[in-house]
Amino acid sequence: MAFPGLLNYWLIIGLMMIGFYIVIAHGNLIKKIVGLNVFQVSVFLLYITMGKVEGGTAPILAEGITAYSNPLPHVLILTAIVVGVATTSLGLALVVRIRNAYGSIEEDELDVQDDRP
Amino acid sequence: MGMIAIAIARIHNLFAVVMLTGIFSLLGAAAYVIMDAVDVAFTEAAVGAGISTVLMLGTLALTTSEEKPSPKKNVVGALIVVTITGAVLIYGTLDMPHYGDPLAPVHQHVADRYIGQSGTEVGLPNVVTSVLASYRGYDTLGETYVIFIAAIGVLAILGRVRFPRRREEDIAEDDAQKTPDETARETGA
Repeated sequence: MAFPGLLNYWLIIGLMMIGFYIVIAHGNLIKKIVGLNVFQVSVFLLYITMGKVEGGTAPILAEGITAYSNPLPHVLILTAIVVGVATTSLGLALVVRIRNAYGSIEEDELDVQDDRP
Repeated sequence: MGMIAIAIARIHNLFAVVMLTGIFSLLGAAAYVIMDAVDVAFTEAAVGAGISTVLMLGTLALTTSEEKPSPKKNVVGALIVVTITGAVLIYGTLDMPHYGDPLAPVHQHVADRYIGQSGTEVGLPNVVTSVLASYRGYDTLGETYVIFIAAIGVLAILGRVRFPRRREEDIAEDDAQKTPDETARETGA
């Protein structure tokens, strides 16, 4: 198997799983949103590695260059980054609102206030 | 990037976590440059490392900057779920085309046409811009709708909240707990 072969996917899956772990193991709502961000960036990296072509350059047309990397994943991820910030801001707004209503952003304390075990 | 991500998972001071998230985004941007996605790197450095960090700092200012450690049973369960999910995903990559393979299915459809024709059809040297603004213009229009709706959502959630209220309540609680003696001393001073 030529280096890096499939190693790029495995590294990205590692990052993705760290993000996933932060989301499900931590009770703090801001930490959860940070975990979602880590997950998001690793999904972006997954797309961009798929667009890379061996020996290609950035997809900007120029004289004397024949191989370009695939521009389509780049476009999709540009859109996704901006949408990601929109969702992050919405999530953070909800966190601020929850803090205002409950006085806490820890999941277990919120459960106690809602009378759930 | 892995080390930064692990640090984010371990550190309980949320201010440090937010700063590390900014660094994480910046490293991501560097990785995009290595993989020829310069436009994506621009956006990630400006939006991911810049605006996201500012938004999170704003949230920290309005809430709290310390996290309580998570309970033990959470951690073990989460580790098991994460390991299983990761193993399944790695099994899924075994069929994937190798890194940089020019014959990968991703490169066989519209990408050739975009690279070959966009110079004459749209007239811009940057293929990413041509695709973004011309071939997939509706995508970009939809993206602006999403931002608009998110802005409406944030305003709807936070628009009517009076932020100092929390502090007034705290002060009121503190006052209630004080003995009359203390209150008298304060008003006297």
